[in-house]
Amino acid sequence: MLQIYCPYCREMREEEEFSYSGEAHIKRPDNPEALSDEEWGDYLFFRKNPRGLHCEMWQHTVACRRYFNVVRDTVSYEIHETYPIGSQPSKMTDAALGSTD
Amino acid sequence: MQPNRLDQGGLIDRGRPLQFTFNGTAYLGYQGDTLASALLANGVKLVARSFKYGRPRGIVGFGAEEPNAIIQLGRGGETVPNLRATQVELYDGLEACSVSGWPSLDLDLTSLFGLVGRLLPPGFYYKTFMWPRRFWMAYEHFIRKAAGLGKAPDTADPDIYDKLHQHCDVLVVGGGVAGIQAARAAANAGARVIILDEQTQLGGMLLASHSEVNGMPALDWVAGQISELQGHARVTVLTRTTAFGYFDHNFVAAVERRTDHLGLSATSASRQRLHRIRARQVILASGAIERPLVFANNDLPGVMLASAVQAYLNRWAVAPGRRLLLVTNNDSAYQAALDWQTAGREVVAVLDTRPGSNGSLPKAAEAANIKVYRGYGLVEAKGGKAVAGARIASLSADGQSITGAIQELECDLIASSGGWSPVVHLSSHTGNKPRWDDEKGAFVPGNSLQNFLAVGASNGEWNLKACISQGYLAGQAAARAGGFDSVDLESPVVNIKETIESAQQAVFLLPHEMPTSRAPKQFVDQQLDVTAAAIELAAREGYQSIEHTKRYTALGFGTDQGKLGNINGMAILANALGKSIADTGTTVFRPAYTPTTFGAIAGRDVGELLDPERYTAMHRWHERHGAKWENVGQWKRPWYYPQAGETMLEAVNRECLAVRNSAGMLDASTLGKIDIQGPDAAEFITRIYSNSFLKLEPGRCRYGLMLKEDGMIFDDGVTACLGDNHYLMFTTTGGAAAVLSWLELWAQTEWPELQVYFTSVTDHWATTTVSGPKARQVLERLGTDIDLTPAEFKFMDWRAGTVAGLAARVFRISFTGELTYEINVPAHFGRYIWEAVYAAGKEFDITPYGTEAMHVLRAEKGFIICGQDTDGSMTPDDMNMGWAVNRNKAFSFIGKRSLERSDTTKGNRKQLVGLRTQDAATVLPEGAQIVNSLNETIPMRMQGHVTSSYFSPILGHSIALAVVKAGLSRMGDTVYCPLADGQTVAAKIVPSVFYDPSGERQNV
Repeated sequence: MLQIYCPYCREMREEEEFSYSGEAHIKRPDNPEALSDEEWGDYLFFRKNPRGLHCEMWQHTVACRRYFNVVRDTVSYEIHETYPIGSQPSKMTDAALGSTD
Repeated sequence: MQPNRLDQGGLIDRGRPLQFTFNGTAYLGYQGDTLASALLANGVKLVARSFKYGRPRGIVGFGAEEPNAIIQLGRGGETVPNLRATQVELYDGLEACSVSGWPSLDLDLTSLFGLVGRLLPPGFYYKTFMWPRRFWMAYEHFIRKAAGLGKAPDTADPDIYDKLHQHCDVLVVGGGVAGIQAARAAANAGARVIILDEQTQLGGMLLASHSEVNGMPALDWVAGQISELQGHARVTVLTRTTAFGYFDHNFVAAVERRTDHLGLSATSASRQRLHRIRARQVILASGAIERPLVFANNDLPGVMLASAVQAYLNRWAVAPGRRLLLVTNNDSAYQAALDWQTAGREVVAVLDTRPGSNGSLPKAAEAANIKVYRGYGLVEAKGGKAVAGARIASLSADGQSITGAIQELECDLIASSGGWSPVVHLSSHTGNKPRWDDEKGAFVPGNSLQNFLAVGASNGEWNLKACISQGYLAGQAAARAGGFDSVDLESPVVNIKETIESAQQAVFLLPHEMPTSRAPKQFVDQQLDVTAAAIELAAREGYQSIEHTKRYTALGFGTDQGKLGNINGMAILANALGKSIADTGTTVFRPAYTPTTFGAIAGRDVGELLDPERYTAMHRWHERHGAKWENVGQWKRPWYYPQAGETMLEAVNRECLAVRNSAGMLDASTLGKIDIQGPDAAEFITRIYSNSFLKLEPGRCRYGLMLKEDGMIFDDGVTACLGDNHYLMFTTTGGAAAVLSWLELWAQTEWPELQVYFTSVTDHWATTTVSGPKARQVLERLGTDIDLTPAEFKFMDWRAGTVAGLAARVFRISFTGELTYEINVPAHFGRYIWEAVYAAGKEFDITPYGTEAMHVLRAEKGFIICGQDTDGSMTPDDMNMGWAVNRNKAFSFIGKRSLERSDTTKGNRKQLVGLRTQDAATVLPEGAQIVNSLNETIPMRMQGHVTSSYFSPILGHSIALAVVKAGLSRMGDTVYCPLADGQTVAAKIVPSVFYDPSGERQNV
């Protein structure tokens, strides 16, 4: 079971307080109607599945209810950092980050 | 009385004799015994029959590694199956029996398998029992009977279990000499420490040995340190506690057995406690388990680990035989022979596979006139139900082949040692791959993925002095890593007699004069009857990976997880494949280290406390009026209210007709309610819902469909405009939590510029729904200052006012198709208003109705229920609800773009329609599949399925909602539902609104 630092509550808390919410840094296209089916499909359905560092969103469901970002190693499950929505991780390479943001 | 008990020594209390029974026979043991030591003291050799061949088996080990002595303890609800006799502490009145042996241990019919053993190769079940297929059930019955594991209790567990959440700076797993030093060092540096051990007391292997430190018995040397730890304010010492799983982020689960040693009926406390430990640093000092050598008939009762012989002698004062023959590939096992001789018993000989050894222990053995055969192996154990002798032969220098003539020796006990295997289970739980160390002849923990340090024997360190300093340094390092500076404690100065230890030999399977495939069985995994021949056969059949071989042969699949057998199995496979052990690797060890009671994992979260139940404010009233309950999420909702003698169908029909003909009342409090405020609230809701809320005025309500970004319906409900920048969103009962998270997701991550705030108010309001043609009269009778005239309070309006003297919000919305008022009052007035409505409606025969009638009434109107008529793959158009989608909104609302995808616009999507069965009384089962023609060949092309189906009392026939491919363009077609029982029901496709299609009744 993971221990996650909530960047809003500023406390290390147990995983059971949180909900996983998928890959982070996926921006909704500004003008969906301008996209082809394929481009829209990429936004809708395609997600990274890295072996290694992964940026993902979690919600602190039973506490502040804020969404935030987590950099987690999918091999060791080590969490490298957590940071608020709208900011960028400090340790990730561009390649590991989303291409749309 | 106890023929194998020594007159002196051991950590037992001869002044406290204990009575116990095993397989119905009464015996005596002493306080301090385990069931295994007491059985051995009493000369009991046969304790089990083997899994597959029914061969007689005896006790092999003295701890968690024991593969054979698996027993059932006690009777009735308290019975505990599949315990290792080696880990069961003896108590007065203990009752135990073997879990195997049918019909009895002495006469076991499954042993006939042994005579036809060649017919039971690995993969036997796959190869044989899968054909013919229809016989599988019969085979399975027989296999399960023969499988030889214990019986589950047939009544509920009467015991109480607890969970504790623990936090510490340093967790030390294992209370042997290394663990004790680690705990001392860490605690003295200022760290909070938990040290735990599965045994009854700390001390580890010292409990079973005669080692000396600083000129005194090592156990005495650590005794002071142990009491120091027990009295230390920052240290928690947990004995009888097994760390059985090591999970992410240094989370370790350990089970503490609090009363098991007092007897199964001890009730003074919780029986076991689960410690959920979060540690900043973990030190694994879990020791090592001796590895047996594999030879022919090595499963005879009377073949044991050398370390077990030593432990029984020294700890329990039990000599499990008279004449010992020891076979080893290393120095350490010689101690068992020396101890055996010291106990006054005869050592027949020591067989050492190595041509020579310069070690101190072999020299001591020879000095004690113990006969040592250098360069010899044990070829085959002899005996019927117990060891009677052994065939031995000289070996080649590498120990792989026989070079001399076979000789025979008489003995009644064989001890073997193939070296030691560090207990790497916990480190493996973290994803750590054990690394083969050729010099140590063992797998040791690999590079660490988590914050743990492995020390002592669990790290492949066998030397006592080195274990002490390693433990101490690890404790210091862990404390330092946790932010504590170690200053207090000097490194312990120890004086231990220097010894020389010669290298062990890499021998695992002792050669037989016949090839492995033809020799008498050489067991690798005794619990699951896996032989060396089986592993070699697997290799010949093409199994190259140890993971595949494990699954094919069942190596390590037993409740002991192959603690004794796995490494030998890997070595034998490696040899058969011509590879090194390092290249062959290990299988993955997974939790639990030893079997763990479900009770401990469940703790108090059982029965009523398994899951919270949510009650509305009116719950007790429903209860008193005989409601049957439907679980909706965690809510208890009245399902229907049967009157005396009524069947469910009769009750539901009565409730439905009351609503259609007069008035009914429903507790709708469970519907999700989200209060939404902020200057951008309307814009936000309009982006989230398929239709627009920008022009919704205060006092008005609007129904909306919530889509996921893929265009599929996710939830639905009515949203009311309460005032400027203030809305109340109703969600489905089950979807309330998910909808709130969904709103927050978009507001926080995508549109943080919108000023909008959400508050769940589901529990704040109690909702009494009054529905039916007499609903207005009921409200008038109830007394309200709200103008109820149709022109003033229209369908889809809401009004604030006083109802029955209470401030209320009344919503004129309808899920039944009848005139309906939903009266919302603060929850603590819920019961009051409910009873007031009931009283006011009396003259109109107002009838409380439950969720079942609600479902029938809404289905008559073709109103969908999200999650029943939709399944996450339905668009608004699929539900024929395009009217609820506003495609002209400025903002491309969530899901809109997906409604234009080629897949969502194609013509043959499943669409919501009604079905009328040919026979009006037949109610289709929900989930029934729909086909076009019964003449199609199987497999037929599925056209869709029934989503909702009821008998409609107002219409006098059954109704069903279904999704059918292109169904909206197939009105009048006949389709067929082949049912599971072989019947087929024909039905006609009709519009999904069965009753009052023009919607006049809700507009009166």
